[in-house]
Amino acid sequence: MGMTIAEKILAAHAGADTVVPGQYLWCKVDATSGHRLADLEALGVDRVWDPDRVFMVDDHQAPPPTIAAANQVKELRRLIKKFGITNYFEYGRGGILHQVFAEHGMYAPGDLVAQCDSHSTAGGVFNACVTNANLDAVHVLAFGELWFRVPNSVRVILNGTLPGWCVGKDVILKVAAELGTDYGLYKSVEYVGPVASQMSLAQRWTVSNMGVEVGAKFAVFEADEKTDAFLAGRLDRPYEHVTADPDASYEAEYEFDLSDLTPMVARPGDPGNGVPVESVMSERVRVDQAFLGSCTNARLEDLEVAARILKGRQVHPDVRMLVSPSSQEVFGAALKAGYLETLVDAGALVEHSTCGPCYGGHLGVLGDGETCISSSNRNFQGRMGSPLANVWLSSPATVAASAVAGVIVDPREYL
Amino acid sequence: METVCTGRVWKFGDRISTDLMVPGSRVLANPGLGAEEAATFCMEANRPGWAVSEVQQGDILVAGINFGCGSSRNGSMPLKTLGIAVVLAESVSRIHLRNAVNTGLPTLVAPGITGFVEEGQSLKVNIITGEVRNLETGATMSAEAWGEGTPPYEILMAGGLDAYMKIKLKERGLVS
Ligand code: SF4
Repeated sequence: MGMTIAEKILAAHAGADTVVPGQYLWCKVDATSGHRLADLEALGVDRVWDPDRVFMVDDHQAPPPTIAAANQVKELRRLIKKFGITNYFEYGRGGILHQVFAEHGMYAPGDLVAQCDSHSTAGGVFNACVTNANLDAVHVLAFGELWFRVPNSVRVILNGTLPGWCVGKDVILKVAAELGTDYGLYKSVEYVGPVASQMSLAQRWTVSNMGVEVGAKFAVFEADEKTDAFLAGRLDRPYEHVTADPDASYEAEYEFDLSDLTPMVARPGDPGNGVPVESVMSERVRVDQAFLGSCTNARLEDLEVAARILKGRQVHPDVRMLVSPSSQEVFGAALKAGYLETLVDAGALVEHSTCGPCYGGHLGVLGDGETCISSSNRNFQGRMGSPLANVWLSSPATVAASAVAGVIVDPREYL
Repeated sequence: METVCTGRVWKFGDRISTDLMVPGSRVLANPGLGAEEAATFCMEANRPGWAVSEVQQGDILVAGINFGCGSSRNGSMPLKTLGIAVVLAESVSRIHLRNAVNTGLPTLVAPGITGFVEEGQSLKVNIITGEVRNLETGATMSAEAWGEGTPPYEILMAGGLDAYMKIKLKERGLVS
């Protein structure tokens, strides 16, 4: 019996020839994050299993908005020094963890990574099994191992050719709307097909990032030359692409023909509330805040498309547009490419790389009754601030076009 | 760890998120809060008063699909602090399920449970075998048991990850 990508990666890390869904394994893990260092210290342990494979950055409260937050980060820096963690990224050299860790070589094809933060599925874009470990990240810090139950695998086949202005975000909003936000529960989701190949690495990354929005344990792509191009110069170790066996067994296969896809938005409340943007235009949904940021959609090409739309235009007088690149590396690249200049000239507020607005923490929290169009991944009630605010999710193009129009619009009008 | 629990049932709906168990604005925004105090805000938005004056030690929580969806914050901590003995749900988010094991709160996937029991009825749950008995109706059903000897079973039986880690660290000579 052949194996899926997840089964192969789990088997390799458990030292097993073959595994089957439902089986429990103890696996060696290739990397984790440093969120649980204090727990490790509390257990009386004074070293981590591999200081070079622990990655850490402060992104949620970056930089600290309160004294309590500042003290937390101060404590984190002490632990980083104590445990000799090499991959720690200070403000100005960091950004949002999923992006920053990838930039610094945390993930490679075939890897098994368990790290804190629910959007860890993002790492699946690198043909790796990357998932959340919360409390049990401390077990990884101590032993470099973690238990896994081999998940059922499902395959999402993305057929056709993506039409203009449609990107990975539109694809995942469509998939979540059709299949629901529970279809990936406990499962490894593999994305394949012509559109998976057609999408840039950044677009695939959005799809993997929102893996957790469909409940997935892993959200994996195959690797190709786009994967290798991103990883070149960022990794100091060899790797091999992992493909599923032709006779691998999937619990389900879902096919989408995306040739007729049009830009999507998810209505407030749930990422599965996706509908075509054109279907809401008659509602003239007024926008107070347009947010182009987060680990989902604030990479270089996301900023590029926004700059293209905003070039020679102005953000609507009643809208505040917040732009926060997904990392400081992306910030620097967008600066040098002139995208940030274009965005600033259009009247957007360019912030450093931070989680702040995405989780309603700081640097752009929504007030009662306000509406935000956001390139991020969650639009749950209260997610970006007031429980009385409304968050719509969309691609960066739709965010930028709506920022200009002052209402939610189809970005194809801005071609 | 009690392996057979008898308790009165509280029923919750589908997709009860961890935000409801650990409200960010009440708990995450107040890092100094103790576990007891934090637990008083559990389900405040969807069921005001429940955590403060209704739920009792040994009660059982029954829920619908995707219990514990959303953020990776540990929703099992307030439930355990409030005295919930066992959670049975149609399905449970993966992150929440692991948090539950690590917190030492038995949480079992029990397809069909929402139609099997009404709020206020009592259940007898064997967390080793997964057998569930409705003491009112006499009916029985099976929840998905962890399986003896599996890692989550061992962590749960140790009383949670902390206790499990202490044993393992000693065994491996990482602490004295
Ligand atoms: S940007 Fe948002 S979704 Fe991404 S890690 Fe930060 S808070 Fe989480």
